[in-house]
Amino acid sequence: MPQATDTAGARSVEQRALARLPDLASAPRRSGLAAMAGRAFRAFWRVPSENAYAAIGLVIYALFVLTAIFADQLIHYEPLEILLNEETYQLARNLPAGSEHWLGTTYGGRDIYSQLVIGTRSALAVGITAALCVVAIGTLVGLISGYFGGWADNLLMRLADIALGIPFLPFVIVLASFLGAAQSNVVLGIALLLWPNSARVIRSQVMSLRERAFVEAARVTGAGQWRILFVHIAPNVLSLAFLYTSVAVGWAILTEASVSFLGFGPSNTVSWGYMLQDAYASQAMGRGQYNWFVPPGLCIVLVVMAGFFISRGYEEVLFPKLKG
Amino acid sequence: MKYVLSRLFYSILVLWIVGTILFFMFRLMPGSPLAAFIDQTTTLEQQQALIARFGLDKSLFEQYLIFIQNVLQGDLGQSFFHRRPVTDVVMEALPNTVILTMSGLVVAYVFGVLAGAYLAWRRGTTVEGIGIPLALATRAAPEFWLGMVLLAFFSFHLGWFPAGGANTVGLSYDSEWERIFTLDYLRHLALPVLTLAIYLQGLPLLLMRSNMIEILQEEFVTMGKMKGLSSRTIVLNHAARNAMLPVATAFALGVGSAIGGNVVVETIFSWPGIGRLLVNAVSASDYPLAQGAFLIITAVLIAMNFIADMTYHLLDPRIRLAASN
Repeated sequence: MPQATDTAGARSVEQRALARLPDLASAPRRSGLAAMAGRAFRAFWRVPSENAYAAIGLVIYALFVLTAIFADQLIHYEPLEILLNEETYQLARNLPAGSEHWLGTTYGGRDIYSQLVIGTRSALAVGITAALCVVAIGTLVGLISGYFGGWADNLLMRLADIALGIPFLPFVIVLASFLGAAQSNVVLGIALLLWPNSARVIRSQVMSLRERAFVEAARVTGAGQWRILFVHIAPNVLSLAFLYTSVAVGWAILTEASVSFLGFGPSNTVSWGYMLQDAYASQAMGRGQYNWFVPPGLCIVLVVMAGFFISRGYEEVLFPKLKG
Repeated sequence: MKYVLSRLFYSILVLWIVGTILFFMFRLMPGSPLAAFIDQTTTLEQQQALIARFGLDKSLFEQYLIFIQNVLQGDLGQSFFHRRPVTDVVMEALPNTVILTMSGLVVAYVFGVLAGAYLAWRRGTTVEGIGIPLALATRAAPEFWLGMVLLAFFSFHLGWFPAGGANTVGLSYDSEWERIFTLDYLRHLALPVLTLAIYLQGLPLLLMRSNMIEILQEEFVTMGKMKGLSSRTIVLNHAARNAMLPVATAFALGVGSAIGGNVVVETIFSWPGIGRLLVNAVSASDYPLAQGAFLIITAVLIAMNFIADMTYHLLDPRIRLAASN
């Protein structure tokens, strides 16, 4: 492998250029899916060490993922359990933050800290599923549209225009209220409307890849259309797809929270949006219960921001031309 | 000109398709659309009469034709809940939404453009190191949560602003203009606008900054430096002007998407706009009203997409030339 990352800036231009040339006899096989996957994997780990945004974003994500996995061990009470004062048998309502209840209790006498921890699960579940759906559709449409062009391109891009012409949040609300208040319906709404953005970018990338020499080479060796598309072109847009996924996770979590907040989310699943809706409906703001409604919002900000950070960090390193 | 007309035709086509999707979505819903109208005291004959009155005894396709015909005449049906024409209810709410959205967007874009230009100018300093993560964080914050925090602090804690609505209850006004140009209305408007502006400023800020950085590397900027112009003149008079083009497009697109996204801000502040109308209509199964509000929001969105397309086209000669070839 040639050393692509030059650390010693003192070396002359010629030496650097020579060092970049692969030694063909001993060079490892550089084409094919396995080699590509290996390169992608190495690039994935290289970026955080070079870019602070990517590193911070990944650390935040890792923390939330760990919280979601070990949520059962981390909670102190069942999140929907109605707590009573052990001496007076009165509802443990609106308790301030303290050692017993780290973030206090809600108007309904439930432990806020436990709700917050459990809420990580639904946030990540919705965020990641929806993002994967959005980017899978977007990538597929972008690949087909950009590679084949013609009527397929026309049809798919017109569909994209229609999807972009539907107001996003109102649509998800209407869908969730008609199909039932379930998180799968929120995911469906997000997947149906958010794919055009990634599709358009990937389409233009594919249109330029299509003209490159390696695609021509593949065609000459007799590779079929679909093989060229999925084996030779698709791996080259995966990093773009990854960028969109990290941002889409954020949009999905924001959307889920908004839908739950407006009261169209499932009422038996504790999510951050559910907590905020509960706080709003119980007039926590009037009582100044910042311990109740600030933490769920901060968690949303952190997860969504981590997605932006990751996307920004990887973009700066992998696509320096797009740097902004 | 030909391009403008074809885009206009195309926009109308998209609006028609979305309207059609809406119609069938609302018609294929589980449960009778009359559920809100019928209670236990309604007799079967009355039910039949209602069904006939709303045209629900006709075939779906016939209903669709009537729907299109009515929409073209500006008739969006009768609201079940308000017992008034949907058009009237929606048109009453629309000005409030437009005022809220436009004020929020103008504040957000004026601030975002200035701050973005400033951050580009101070590239590589601590100011930038703090500014960009902060801008990303505000974009990551849910609008309704921002609203809740502002409401708790400025309204309930400090008591500076009212907690919701658009006018103090009990006051009456001679005309719509008089209602809007009062201190009372502005005080009600302040917090929703602030919420919207905080949420929206991130996009113009980041966009402006990256455009500025790109433009500051171009030749005419070097030229300006060689002419001995001060860096302030270069940034403000030369670079900023050129960097504004994409921001102008983003503004038009922002109007469309913000009107749809206002749903949560309007709900938080009980702002009597079209988004809150939609949420309430959906909750109350008031299908005609929900459909009408949705259709108007869609029309605004598509109109704004069209305008964004046109500004982009008119402002950037490179694109204009490419299209005419």
